[in-house]
Amino acid sequence: MRERRDTLKNPEQELRIFRVRAMLAALTILILAGLLSGRLVYLQVVQHEVYSTRSEKNRVRVEPLPPTRGLIYDRNGVLLAENRPTYNLTLIRERAGNLDATLDRLQELLELSAEEAEGFRIRARQPQRPFQPALLMSDLDETQIARLAVNRHRLPGVEVEAQLLRYYPDSRIMAHALGYVGRINAEEMRTLDPGRYAGTHFIGKTGVERYYEDVLHGQAGLRQVETNARGRVLRELGRTDPVPGQNLALTLDRELQKLAYDLLDGRRGSIVAIVPQTGEILAMVSAPGFDSNQFVTGIDFASYRALQEDIDLPLFNRAIRGQYPPGSTIKPFLALAGLVEGVITPDKTINDPGFYQLPNDSRRYRNWLRWGHGRVDMERSIAVSNNTYYYSLAHEMGIDRLHEHMTAFGFGQRVGHDVFGESGALMPSRDWKRARFNQPWYPGETLSVGIGQGYWQVTPLQLATATAVLANRGQWVKPRLASLIGDEPVESELPDTPGNIHVQNDVWWDRVFSGMEKVLTGSEGTARRTGVGLEYRMAGKSGTAQVFSLGQDQRYNAEELAERLRDHALFMAFAPLEDPQIAVSVIVENAGGGSTHAAHLARAMTDAWLLEEEAPDADEIREAMDSDDSVVAGN
Amino acid sequence: MALMALTKGLRARPVKAPESGISRRKSLWERTHLDPWLLLLLLVLMVSGLAVLFSASGQRIEVVMAQGTRFLVGVVVMLVLAQVQPVTLLRWAALVYGVGLLMLVAVELVGDVGMGAKRWLVIPGVVRFQPSELMKLAMPLMLAAWLSRRQLPPRWKDIIVCGVLLGLPVMLIAKQPDLGTSLLVACAGVFVVLLAGLSWRFIAFLSVAAASALPLLWMNLHNYQRQRVLTFLNPESDPLGAGWNIIQSTTAIGSGGTWGKGWLQGTQSQLEFLPERHTDFIVAVLGEEFGLVGMLLILILYLLIVLRGLWLAMAAHETFGRLLGGSIILTFFIYVFVNVGMVSGILPVVGVPLPLVSYGGTSSVTLLAGFGILMSIHGHRRLLPR
Repeated sequence: MRERRDTLKNPEQELRIFRVRAMLAALTILILAGLLSGRLVYLQVVQHEVYSTRSEKNRVRVEPLPPTRGLIYDRNGVLLAENRPTYNLTLIRERAGNLDATLDRLQELLELSAEEAEGFRIRARQPQRPFQPALLMSDLDETQIARLAVNRHRLPGVEVEAQLLRYYPDSRIMAHALGYVGRINAEEMRTLDPGRYAGTHFIGKTGVERYYEDVLHGQAGLRQVETNARGRVLRELGRTDPVPGQNLALTLDRELQKLAYDLLDGRRGSIVAIVPQTGEILAMVSAPGFDSNQFVTGIDFASYRALQEDIDLPLFNRAIRGQYPPGSTIKPFLALAGLVEGVITPDKTINDPGFYQLPNDSRRYRNWLRWGHGRVDMERSIAVSNNTYYYSLAHEMGIDRLHEHMTAFGFGQRVGHDVFGESGALMPSRDWKRARFNQPWYPGETLSVGIGQGYWQVTPLQLATATAVLANRGQWVKPRLASLIGDEPVESELPDTPGNIHVQNDVWWDRVFSGMEKVLTGSEGTARRTGVGLEYRMAGKSGTAQVFSLGQDQRYNAEELAERLRDHALFMAFAPLEDPQIAVSVIVENAGGGSTHAAHLARAMTDAWLLEEEAPDADEIREAMDSDDSVVAGN
Repeated sequence: MALMALTKGLRARPVKAPESGISRRKSLWERTHLDPWLLLLLLVLMVSGLAVLFSASGQRIEVVMAQGTRFLVGVVVMLVLAQVQPVTLLRWAALVYGVGLLMLVAVELVGDVGMGAKRWLVIPGVVRFQPSELMKLAMPLMLAAWLSRRQLPPRWKDIIVCGVLLGLPVMLIAKQPDLGTSLLVACAGVFVVLLAGLSWRFIAFLSVAAASALPLLWMNLHNYQRQRVLTFLNPESDPLGAGWNIIQSTTAIGSGGTWGKGWLQGTQSQLEFLPERHTDFIVAVLGEEFGLVGMLLILILYLLIVLRGLWLAMAAHETFGRLLGGSIILTFFIYVFVNVGMVSGILPVVGVPLPLVSYGGTSSVTLLAGFGILMSIHGHRRLLPR
């Protein structure tokens, strides 16, 4: 080693040094190669399972297969809710890379307005299970689909997904009864079974769609697919088919429903028709309606606001949630209760001077006819809708018994079997008043209840149901909308049906019905003009619900009141009298006296149902009504 | 001393080995100045490489054809260089190095930017050239030429000169930035000095100095380079970003198991989970499709090439040839080690291709040119012991 300082080159030594160094290098190389081999053995043998699993997870993705939602038919097989193929824009956030850039590109491609783009951003960021597609936009048109297809490579995570979208052919007519489906919101997402709803973007929000959601939805299937790193599906490895939702046949009759809607002619109001023996709801209309299809594709904010702020409340389902004082329509029920309680007999008469006074009270409770009806028996009290008779009846029965008997007819309760969102309205009682106002019940309030005013409120469905029970001579039926689920008929005996109403003497039913028939056909009947030319026997009762209460001795003049302060017109009826096939309740808001407007509509409904002709044209009926301008005073 | 004995025993063999072949063959290989074993091993490697590339490129035959064409060019360059006398190389060394250095400076001044780095020198319409590739060969050439004329083991003065010759181009390349190539060029230079007999004391001193310079180096790294190191230390910290490559490549290799999933059957590779799967990460495809067995076979193939190359270098009679050949072959191993180490997750991600397997023209040609020089050194040795 000391030779190092020599000035001469020493080839021998240089070769020796090189050989030593080269040998060391070779040794090092072998060690490093051993290190690499060790690492490979670790990865490929020791940890093989771990990486194998990870690699499988990489490539295999489980995709939900949403089930097809069940169809909804009317009682004659007319399609009310169908599924239309449409194309949706979905986004898997995890695969989108730069989400904002992708959304910007989408906005540009689809020429979205700023507001629409904002909606995209909100929807894209909604809480979502990882790697589940978020729905950005429904119902793409062909141009949009083409643009997306061409730019697909620039839009990671974005998919155009073919989907069946709910469509309601008669959306305005059916909107309230049928309800609609809408996008599953974040709150619903939390409560839903994620397995069942995997891949489903829609859920029933109201009506039949909501009540029968379980039946209509079905069960999601799954498919295992192989994907590449960008999430594109390459092939299917296995699948479990979805179980489609069951079809539903309703009791509704599309033609009758349409007639009812047309009869209301854009007025605020409701018509409900029920088959008394079975409780099948033939028609359940709330007017004005709205286009429920808007809610399926996602209604824009402005349209939704317009609907919400519409003074006619088109979104409000009057048939089951509208609460109206029943007015005189409840007089037949009260008469029957009076007979049962023995406060009246069929033939006992009272003398009506045009008002009623409580003992030791100077206040006069007025009959609608200022000078009174004179001698009035039960049947006449119904036919002419005498108030004094019922003031007296109510006073003698007292609120407790009155409440008990009216509750038996379903008033103050939810009566529907499969009606979503029904209101129980209000049948007042002593207890209720104490709880509500912390006040005792005053005898004068009983008189108001006696003519269907005061606190008493009913829904159109309740009134129709009570009418059906009356027509059944006390046999209870729960109104229902579904008749077939899949191929299975809905059970005829429904649980929780209230107890039947028994009276000591069956003739009493006939006497009450007779009074009701005279409403339409009697010489003094309040709806005698409606009864002209009846081809079957019909029983009915008119009613007027005061929107605006009158002071003592004030006279009511419909002309002077603003349209929206005018009384609501009500009518309830069933026919034919001997073998009732249909029970109807009609409420037309602010239409004035019941016998004028509502009775015509009720008859049009029974005519259409019983005469089995082509449904009469609503225009003709309206024409006939308009020509009948002689207003029959009555309530 | 035991090592000395070992080297003494080896001394005679390089001369003997070619003589033990068939006499006609021997004359053919001698005339062409080629080494049949190295040539055979390289051909096996290139063919295997093309097979893996076919799978890794998503079975695109045109990629394989392009790579094959480059191999052809590379082999021609190799054959030509094998005919060049080492003396000629020695004579031209300074010029080649000087031109390389100038071109690196030119890149720095007017280079073409691609993929966020300035690596290319473009003479419009004529050629697109990466001077750093030239430097891979010019560097050992220059240092070997310099040291072969000096007294060995090198002295302080020589080491300083070598340090400057090495440092300038490495810094220029690192600045492009191209960490992988600058590492390879640095290795090529360092190996020359090490093989020339750099004293152990000095090696120890340099190691300490390098360790203490690490913080300084860290501060001068680009953000993406730091990110690579951090990601290497914990790939799971950024599974969808920088860590993705490593997670996916280790997953590919690990899922291959002992026997692999079969050629063209790798799900990680075929389904595009692997990034850069036909360039720097191609070994992951090999690991996935051919398993541990395939990986060990290719490692053995590389080891045989390196050992054969080292053998040829040792057999050279001139110090210049030995140093140059040794450096070239050791650098070749560095390619393999850094690439496989990076893809299997024991080294940070540095842009170093798997030699003669990864897709990429310039590096394949440079590598084959290196083997040409190696063969020339061996083929032009004086036939009689000195």
